Amino acid sequence: MQAQSQVAFDPSQGTAETVLSVDNLHKSFGALEVLKGISLEAHKGDVISILGSSGSGKSTFLRCLNLLETPSTGDIRLKGEPVFSSKDPKFSTKRDRGLTARQRSRMPMVFQGFNLWSHMTILQNVMAAPSKVLNRPAHEVEELAMSVLERVGIANKRDMYPSQLSGGQQQRAAIARALAMKPTLILFDEPTSALDPELVGEVLRVMRKLAEEHVTMLVVTHEMNFARDVSTKVVFLHQGLVEEEGTPDEVFGSPKSQRCREFLSTTSY
Amino acid sequence: MLQGYGPLLLKGLAMTIGVSLAAFAVAFVLGLLGASAKLYGGRVLRTIAEIYTVVIRGVPELVLILLIYYGTPTLIQTLVRTFGPESMSRFRVDFDPFIAGVCTLGLIYGAFATEVFRGAIRSIPKGQIEAGIAYGMTGFTLIRMVIFPQMLRFAISGLGNVWLVLVKATALISAIQLDELMRSAELASANTREPFTFYLIAALLYLSVTVVSLALIKRTEQFAFRGNEARG
Repeated sequence: MQAQSQVAFDPSQGTAETVLSVDNLHKSFGALEVLKGISLEAHKGDVISILGSSGSGKSTFLRCLNLLETPSTGDIRLKGEPVFSSKDPKFSTKRDRGLTARQRSRMPMVFQGFNLWSHMTILQNVMAAPSKVLNRPAHEVEELAMSVLERVGIANKRDMYPSQLSGGQQQRAAIARALAMKPTLILFDEPTSALDPELVGEVLRVMRKLAEEHVTMLVVTHEMNFARDVSTKVVFLHQGLVEEEGTPDEVFGSPKSQRCREFLSTTSY
Repeated sequence: MLQGYGPLLLKGLAMTIGVSLAAFAVAFVLGLLGASAKLYGGRVLRTIAEIYTVVIRGVPELVLILLIYYGTPTLIQTLVRTFGPESMSRFRVDFDPFIAGVCTLGLIYGAFATEVFRGAIRSIPKGQIEAGIAYGMTGFTLIRMVIFPQMLRFAISGLGNVWLVLVKATALISAIQLDELMRSAELASANTREPFTFYLIAALLYLSVTVVSLALIKRTEQFAFRGNEARG
């Protein structure tokens, strides 16, 4: 609440509000340091693609943002409000669970393996968190749920269970589940990597549409075409550090780092 | 043929079902608590739960039933008379056999239920719980929305077994003078000197409870497996 006053505006982005700011994020698993100090800013409406080979720390980075992994040190702010700060015990050693949960609900995640709740119908999946976490009234939530299912094009599957849907439809339902939170931003953790090739397109089309509607998204992906054509910003991670960062034109057109050039040349797109 | 003992047997059957349901409810709650302690508790809670399941599963039911029904009141009396005020020197407690039976069986089968729930919770795909956490669910909401319904399909066949064994174990409570089916059959056979008739009827009644239970378990299984294609 005190943080409302700290909402920053980046002059280079016109009046776009800073939605997420990450400062010097570190994460170690035992002796292995996976993230070695990552900083990142996302503005409202940004679509940031995070690229990198396996082991570069890109998924760990995403999972640190909503604290599915606890960062070792660093700061994360969402619209100026702290999500994590290693200097403040309220966010690290003596974590305020309620606050963490509230921040998580503002940046829902779309998982590689969908992770739709298998015992709920599609509609129930979409309604669960808005009604039980955000405590929105039932009629409002159902209306909202139907509208987001329309948006991803699977409103007719509302009463089916996830196992009765194709992978592409399941991932679209998972995106609808995230949209129903009226999120500040959505985290995508390799959303198309578990899909059969012929199903990748329908999910990317939905994500493309969201980008056009200015939904703020952070996308860990291997889909180079998506990163190049849809992103407002591309971040290339290598061994736990931001190796290259810029607009898609800059990163794909004239990458400054050797690693990034090698990565882009070995990835076919 | 029943020489007027039919109503007594039916009353006994009703009591058996009543004790079973109440004891199963106790076992269910203890099982959830025990499994939570084993999986999420600190060292103290984990140790308590571990001792509970080892001791209970390692001592015959009948010994525990007699120990609790006869032993506990005596122990409490001795303690109160020894350490309590002068005015309580003739203090007496008696356990109601129904409550003693329910508590004992609940305690025993709670230990088995603990293991069933523990295994079931561990079988939940990690992503299901992670999705709940990522969407801001905590504590009770997470349990009610995700963990419990997910766990149920892995627990249902084990719980069904616990129920079937528990129903049969109620026969042991005849040892503490509760008028359930077994004791009614004993009375009837002693008075009529026709043990075969009455024990056979008792056996058939127990069997009928099991058959009905199996059908209900199957229905519950279908519910618990909703949305999941593979059936246990």
